[in-house]
Order: sequence, then C-alpha cells, then structure tokens
Amino acid sequence: MHAITAENLTKKFNGFAAVDDVSFTVESGELFGLLGPNGAGKTTIIRMFTGVLKPTGGTARIGKYDIQRNPLEAKQLMGIVPEMANAYVDLSALKNLLLIGELYGIRKKERGEKAEYLLKLFGLYEKKRQKVKTFSKGMEQRLIVAMGLMNDPKLLFLDEPTSGLDVESVILVRELIREFNNNGTTIILTTHNIEEANQLCDRVAIMNHGRIVAIDRPEELKRTIQSTTSIEVAFTTKVNAEELMFDNVNEIKKVGDKLRLYAEKPEDIIPILVKYAQFSNNKIISLNTLAPNLEDVFLKLTKNEGK
Amino acid sequence: MIFEQFRRSLAITKKDLSIFYLKGPVMLSGLLMPAFLFIAFVFGRKLSLEFLLPSLLGMTLFVTVSSIGPIIAPWETRMRTFERLVSAPIALWAIILGDIMASFSFGLFITLFIFLASIILLGMEIVSLSLIIGTILAAFCFSSLGLVISAPPTDNPSNIMMLSTLIKFPMIFISGIFIPIGEMGDWKIISYISPLTYYTDLARYTIGGNYFSPAIDLLVLLGFNILFFAIAVKWHKKNLAKRF
Repeated sequence: MHAITAENLTKKFNGFAAVDDVSFTVESGELFGLLGPNGAGKTTIIRMFTGVLKPTGGTARIGKYDIQRNPLEAKQLMGIVPEMANAYVDLSALKNLLLIGELYGIRKKERGEKAEYLLKLFGLYEKKRQKVKTFSKGMEQRLIVAMGLMNDPKLLFLDEPTSGLDVESVILVRELIREFNNNGTTIILTTHNIEEANQLCDRVAIMNHGRIVAIDRPEELKRTIQSTTSIEVAFTTKVNAEELMFDNVNEIKKVGDKLRLYAEKPEDIIPILVKYAQFSNNKIISLNTLAPNLEDVFLKLTKNEGK
Repeated sequence: MIFEQFRRSLAITKKDLSIFYLKGPVMLSGLLMPAFLFIAFVFGRKLSLEFLLPSLLGMTLFVTVSSIGPIIAPWETRMRTFERLVSAPIALWAIILGDIMASFSFGLFITLFIFLASIILLGMEIVSLSLIIGTILAAFCFSSLGLVISAPPTDNPSNIMMLSTLIKFPMIFISGIFIPIGEMGDWKIISYISPLTYYTDLARYTIGGNYFSPAIDLLVLLGFNILFFAIAVKWHKKNLAKRF
C-alpha cells in the first residue's frame, strides 16, 4: 500500500486552480520532495493532505484512509510541520509538546517521556520551561519540528522546514530528517531550496502553476537535460558574454565574476576558449566543466511550462 | 471515539485557560467588574438588593463568559497556531467545545465568587438547585454565543470585539436586567429572543419577581445551548478554509 496517494487532486480558489489535476503516489519509507517556486501549489497540496483544505476535486489518501472521509484516522497517522504555523508563544516548549501529545491522545506518562526525549534531541532541554516568545527563530522552528514528531508518526509532512533558519539549525534539522527517514518514517518535504531537495530526497516532484511538470529521482531528472552541460570560465580581464558566443555554444549566463557557457559538447569549447585567451591577451583564471544540476532541471522545466 | 474527542477538547480548554484566562489582569478584572457594577447600581439607582442581585448575577455571567471566547479564533488565526490544531486528530466540534469550556469555567468561577459574596456579605440566599443548573446552562450558552460571534474568518481580534459589543450591548438592555420583564409592556416580546432574559428571570425566582416558571427558563436555556453550539460548529466549519 502507498503511504500517500493523490488522485486528480484539484483545488480552486475563486476559479483559479492553485492545484490542477495532480496525481502521484509516495511509497512507505520514501523521502519525497515537492519542489517548486513560490505559488506553485506545494503548500496547497500539503494542506489538502493534512485535512486543512477541502479539495475541489479528486482524492487525497493517507494509507488506506481518504482524508475527507476518515479525517481523524488519517490525521492520527501523520506528523505535520506546517510552513506558516507557529508554536504557542505564551506557553513553554514543554507545554507546547505536551499539548500536541494530548491532541494525539498519547497517555500522560508516555507524552512526558516523549517530550523530554525530543527536547534533548533538538537541543532545547535546558530551556524547556521558558516561554517560546523568548526563543530565537531557529529555536522556535526546532520546537515546531519536534511538535510534528510527538506522535511517532509513520508519515511526516514537512512544509519548508528550514526556511529562514540559521545555518546551525538547518544542519540539525536536515540531519534529523535523514535520521527519521532511515528509521522508516515516510517524509514528504516541500521546499523551494533545490540543493536541499537534491541532498535529501529519494524522489522529487517539480511543480509549477499547480501542476507536476516532472517526477523522478534527482539523478534521473538531471539526465533528462544533458544538453545543459556547461563550462564555467573566469578571465583576468573582464570579457563581454557576446564575445564568447561561439557556434556550438547554446547559451551564456553571467554567474558572479564568471561566465557559464552551455553546450552539448563542452570538450569542443575548451580549446576555443584557450585560443580566445591567447589572441585577446587575456588569461584564464579558472575553468570548470559542470554536469547539469537540479537547479538547471528546475529552471528548464518551469521555464518551458511558463511558455 | 466521542469520549476520546472529549478528552482532547479538554486539552484545548487547558491551553485556553493557560494562555487567555489565568492571567493576573484578566482574573482581577473578572472579579472587580461585578464589584464595581454593584457599587454603581447601589449608589447610582437606589435599587433594592432583591432586584439588583439577580441583575448583577446575569450581567456578570454574561459579560465574563462572552468576553474572551470570541477573540480566541481570530487570535489563533493571526498567531498561526490554528492550522496546527486543525491538522491534529481532533474534530472541529471538539476544538470549539474546548474553547467553550474554557469560557464556561472562567464564568463559573466568577459566578461562584458572586454567590459567596451575596451569601457571606449580604446575607442573601438566592442559590437554589434550579439556579445552579441554570447557571451551568447559561454559562455554556453565553460561551457558545461567543463562539458564534467568532465565526467570521478574520485574523483581527478587534473586528470581532466590535461585532461582539454590537450584539452583547443591546442584549443587556432587552433582557430584563434594568427593567423587569413584567414592566416592559409590549416591548417584552423582544426580550424573549435573548437567552440572558431567562437566566436573569431564573435568578429572581428564589427572591420573587420572576416572570416565567423555572422549568421554562431552564428549557429555553437548554434550547439556546443546542442552537448556539450547532451554529458555532456549522459556521466555523464553513469559514475554516478562509482562515488560511
């Protein structure tokens, strides 16, 4: 049985389709990423799966439960870290966790132990009795992730869990995501951070304008756009991009003080670049060939979709 | 299943009490307000204690119970804590019940204070079994009304406060608090639409001066309870998606 199933899932707001006829499945134990620009429909999909929004059409199932028909049974199976949600700032970290424990029907002794365990795991134990209003953004977000884990969920929805966090908290949250996934928790991660999806996810669905434009393993997605292999070059003296628009170069982009040349056969470009440097009395500082990354896939797919 | 949902709604009640009610200023104003009202009425209008005490009791219960309940939903929407509650395995009716129970508990505590003060300080015995049942029903009823008022999907508590005042203020004037129902003439029909009328009337029963029989007061209060709770659940459900 699939961990989650979306069948022709659609959500319209005043006629505008925020999610448009989306279908996919996620297997148990998978770490699945929903990747897309702001407004692509990622959070709307999560909100339909978590029972916050009612789909305009189609179904969202958690295991065997349709979230609309059996909301309580479905919700009992999952943990949620909503993008826009906060902890109760007037309660302590411990009380926030205990409240979630009560809402999931966890017994008193067990929820106390679980709360203490999570506070230690997320580095908040020393401040467990402090009100959340005294926490930094990173500490509060760690608490919000911990709240999503109170019920030992088999399925965890993480909606932009590292958005706006300091580096230390990002590393901690990512490590814990990997650890929980290794222990068998199915994780649905939405992010607009391509590198995060690349590092963490078994499979990624790229979304744009409410639709899934590609869905596959990150490496497979990269293979689909081999034409975007590129060379990154930097010269001692600044060079105009147009001067490097050789016959077999498809596109040039400026990346900081470097120029990125896209070509199907980058090995043919290297000798031309060396000759160009000699004839123009310039010197090459650095030269790298780059395989296509997920960002290239993302840009290519979302750009095509937009046309 | 329903029992489990009741237990979870108690978690909402505890959370509400802890965040909104068990605060020094809230408790203090809850206790001081009836004292000030009492003093104002005694010296301002030269009313008899027999008439005054049931009025005070009705007004205090009504105002305290429906004071904070309406702002919880918009406050939670603004603070972005509501989505967490809605995505937890707790039914919307249980969330609403939890919010109602918090206002209900607060109102009962303040009313208990008035009961004790009226007996110990004023030597009046207004407490009867029907009044105790009526107080419980009325506290739940006014609290449910607060949740009906909080149904519009705004994240601005002041909008709901304004709506709350618009509804509550006229209710105080049409409910036989300042003028007994029997003296309202043809206007008394208006008083029938207010649940506060029946609670104030019930409070007058042991002292005398009641208009309806206690059984009617209790039955009508029960009816308002069911009506307000059902409307609160229905309207909150209808407006839920608009909160996000």
